[in-house]
Amino acid sequence: MKFGTMKTVSSVFLTFLFVIGTLFTTSVYAKDRIKVGVVSFLTGPAGGPFGIPAKQGAELVIDAINAGTMPAPYNKKGFAGATLDAIYSDESGGGTKQVALFRDFVQKQNVDAMIGYISSGNCMAIGPVADELKMLTVFSTCGTPRLYEEKLRSHVFRTQANAVGDSLAAAKYIADEYFKGKMTTAGKMYTGINQNYAWGQDSYKFFELGMKVYMPSAVGSSKPQFPKLFAGQYGTEISALSLDKAKVVHSSFWNGDWEAFVLQAMVRGFFKQKIVVSSVGGSAVDTLGKKFPDGVIMGTRGLVGLNVRDNKDPLNTWFVSEYKKRYKAWPLGPSYQYARSVMAYKLAMDKAAASAGKFPTQDQAISAMKGMKFKSFVDTIEFTRGGGHQAVHAISYGITKYNKAKGEPEVENLKTYAASCIYPPAGVKSEDWINNGMPGRKCE
Amino acid sequence: MFKGILKDQSVQTSIGVIFILLIFGSFILPEWMSNNFMYGMSRGLAVLGLMILWRTNLVSFGHALYYGFGAYAVALCQKFFGVTDIFLRLLIAVAAAGLLGFALGFILRKYREIFFAMLSLAFSMVLYGLLAKAEFLGSTDGMSISPSTFFGTELGRIALFNFIGLVVILAIIFAQAYLRSSLGHLTTAIQDNEIRVEYLGYSVEKAIHIKYVISACLAGGAGGLMAASLGQVDPDSMVLWSVSGELVFVTIMSGLGNILAPFIGAVIFEFIRTYAFEWAPQAWQMIIGGTLLAIIFFSPGGLWSLFQKLNFLRKKNNE
Repeated sequence: MKFGTMKTVSSVFLTFLFVIGTLFTTSVYAKDRIKVGVVSFLTGPAGGPFGIPAKQGAELVIDAINAGTMPAPYNKKGFAGATLDAIYSDESGGGTKQVALFRDFVQKQNVDAMIGYISSGNCMAIGPVADELKMLTVFSTCGTPRLYEEKLRSHVFRTQANAVGDSLAAAKYIADEYFKGKMTTAGKMYTGINQNYAWGQDSYKFFELGMKVYMPSAVGSSKPQFPKLFAGQYGTEISALSLDKAKVVHSSFWNGDWEAFVLQAMVRGFFKQKIVVSSVGGSAVDTLGKKFPDGVIMGTRGLVGLNVRDNKDPLNTWFVSEYKKRYKAWPLGPSYQYARSVMAYKLAMDKAAASAGKFPTQDQAISAMKGMKFKSFVDTIEFTRGGGHQAVHAISYGITKYNKAKGEPEVENLKTYAASCIYPPAGVKSEDWINNGMPGRKCE
Repeated sequence: MFKGILKDQSVQTSIGVIFILLIFGSFILPEWMSNNFMYGMSRGLAVLGLMILWRTNLVSFGHALYYGFGAYAVALCQKFFGVTDIFLRLLIAVAAAGLLGFALGFILRKYREIFFAMLSLAFSMVLYGLLAKAEFLGSTDGMSISPSTFFGTELGRIALFNFIGLVVILAIIFAQAYLRSSLGHLTTAIQDNEIRVEYLGYSVEKAIHIKYVISACLAGGAGGLMAASLGQVDPDSMVLWSVSGELVFVTIMSGLGNILAPFIGAVIFEFIRTYAFEWAPQAWQMIIGGTLLAIIFFSPGGLWSLFQKLNFLRKKNNE
């Protein structure tokens, strides 16, 4: 190389170093503080109905635990005594981008744990990386059963039971409350409208499989609808569903898609003609308020959100009133789900600290969390699946009814299905279990 | 075509910069930084592909088609044939994207300007639609990819980082050789006046077709390497139009001035994004968009023109 070239090279490189040098920051944390990344959708279509309420739920509980103001059993201040500094980050952009960000969290920001994730795609992407980087990660909301059925995870926990139970509970509700003798054979038909992507495809698949077990005489429509994600216009699908003889319509729509569908279907008298069962549409009940139709069978993916609003458990009343005070809104399902992950993490840290006698290492926290039983807002949740890493809990469905006197939406005829009724025993794959007729299920 | 290529100043500069980067990245820099360099270099390959097209005034708004196709080729070959060797992965990604580019090139070479841009966008969204609907391809959840191997031994992050660096050097040598060849020089001529080029006895469509395939191969390789370094592919972050948009973004940000520019631009893009996510999780898109606006207003020639303003790369560069 000539001298000129060397000069060029070094100049370019120095510029590089300068740019990076100015950006490079490190922060050192004392042992009485821990740093945790909390990831949810802060932008995009999933922000409003999921991400923002989720972040608020986590924020509320983290602040309360740091201050020691949360009711028992979470009234001990701090996480193993340490104050938690949360770094909130955006989940948008797809799994690949999230993997890059996750690596940044671990290697650049040196976090002590990661909490969150709503999209199943992101959880599937982060799972292997979390294990590779040996980072304790607690997933809050994502529902894909594949996460633990494909492979057991060493560093990944999930406080939300997988989506199989949501679909099965919906199927059981329909079978028990509607199909058992109350409808003619012609009425024992069901169909669905679900978004054409992994969540929608899986949700309907398990609803259909569940229906075959709970009510073998019921018939699935040959034309379930799978419109594009974020399509926004459902005129054709509503027509097709209206012409379909099936009376029951299953939907796993969420966000603006669900609101758009509800508004477009309502003006056509759809909800008077059909029985609609929705597995995650809870946020629209509040946004649409009295415009939301009565009589929709609504699930909230567990004993959270809309379905437990009036539950008098002290932890629940505390959460609801604090949340409403701080954010001027009802806590939604995801608010509970994120708060729950934070609570599980706190309990594991405290438990590990108690047995270690000092501030626990990550491995001690992981073994404390494995198989742990912890108090959620109205029920108790156990990590009993996925090698002690996957929680299961009961799922409830109720029928929406607007309370005109109070000016607030409510649910009635609430039914709760225990985990043993809608989830396979440990180590069994959901699809095999259902296809074998759900051996060993215990429904009350 | 390759005669005297190693004496080319841009090539020498690039090799020098990347070598120093590899040494620093392997021994000194923290891992998150070498990760960002790794992603930047991988994405830079796709940007280089776009730049080659851009020099003929062809802007592709659908290059994520090849980027994603390369990435999915790697994922599928692992799923169905168990291929994890990094050389095979790269080869498969490049070959798959190249073949697809060759086939689509017959249609696309007839179009220019906005028609070219929109048609390429349409093709990329067709692939997106297929992937999002195909459950056996992981639908929108995508697929995870196991760590790469090299003749049976697993490749660590540093080894992968160096491998990508070497691929980038080879790509730069190849691309510069192409741009210096008479076929490459046709680039500017086609941009100026296609009819005259035809009268000179060259086939414009053929020249564009070749260029298009080269560009597709580079984008495919980029996707393959990105898949290998991230360990995950999914349609939203590999094939969606916004990914094509990002590639165009980085191309504008880098500028067309030099063969090294795409890589510098892509690396800087990774860093901007990392910090944007960290500092403003609710408004990171605004920071990225603001950067682009600032560059268009204050430095229309891209970041590379800033380097040139520093007055040390001016001579001999525009041969």
